[in-house]
Amino acid sequence: MAKPEPVNQMKCTFPSCSVNEALARSVAASFAAQLNPTCEEVSDIKCAVSEAVTNAIVHGYRDSIGEIVMVLKLESDRTFTAEIRDRGVGIPNVEEAMRPLFTTDPENERSGMGFTIIENFMDSLRVVSSPGKGTRVIMKKKLSMLPLRK
Amino acid sequence: MTTAEKTLKSAMKGRTLIIWLDGDIDHHSARELRSRIDTKVFIQRPDELILDLSRVCFMDSSGLGLILGRYAKAAELGIRFKVANPTPEISRILDLAGTQRLIKIENASLRTV
Ligand SMILES: Nc1ncnc2c1ncn2[C@@H]1O[C@H](COP(=O)(O)OP(=O)(O)OP(=O)(O)O)[C@@H](O)[C@H]1O
Ligand SMILES: [Mg+2]
Repeated sequence: MAKPEPVNQMKCTFPSCSVNEALARSVAASFAAQLNPTCEEVSDIKCAVSEAVTNAIVHGYRDSIGEIVMVLKLESDRTFTAEIRDRGVGIPNVEEAMRPLFTTDPENERSGMGFTIIENFMDSLRVVSSPGKGTRVIMKKKLSMLPLRK
Repeated sequence: MTTAEKTLKSAMKGRTLIIWLDGDIDHHSARELRSRIDTKVFIQRPDELILDLSRVCFMDSSGLGLILGRYAKAAELGIRFKVANPTPEISRILDLAGTQRLIKIENASLRTV
């Protein structure tokens, strides 16, 4: 099979204010719309992006405001990729952080389900993090087979 | 007017307080929703609290935290707690977290006021 080609890409940068959670997930949904995704695929993408952006805001930057970068990609094999980066506190133990119900913030009614939701709603999830440097969350989803909109 | 002010509709039916959530429930909106729900519960002191989710367009883990938090608070006050009419998308999130083991999830049509 031919190697998938990049079809489209965008990058946006925004401050870690909670009002940008809704903005980021709508941008991701609009971007993915050019592949004619199903309603379910759109809602999966919105939720997964919202989880990663919220994590950057509430954990990565905690009480400070920092910069979040979101990179979105589409490839010719109908793979949607979203990468969310912060330069916040980082995660000391990524494996532990990704376990269902693990949270460092139970006081604020967090339930430790964010990464689990991303894993279930997308096809793949990769988390790269180092304490003091920040976190990169890369998620991919191959959309169901429909012809690419020209 | 904030989102939560615009959207929080509720009714007392006998000793049951029903609250219809709508719009997006995320980290941004959850804090205010939480205090508005808790205020209503504090004022009404119902025997039972039902959160109706039929009109919620979007919910992520912050909404899950809001629901589990209201469940815990209701349990503390001896108030029965139910979630009603989650959309299919929301049901998937509730299922992932095993919510139905703790919380009664009901699918009936509860009429609004
Ligand atoms: N961008 C990030 N920067 C620093 N720490 C993070 C980041 N993302 C996640 N974490 C850590 O990983 C843990 C698990 O994240 P996850 O999203 O699964 O759960 P949560 O955010 O704690 O709760 P929920 O998402 O259910 O509200 C967090 O509690 C936090 O300690
Ligand atoms: Mg989270």
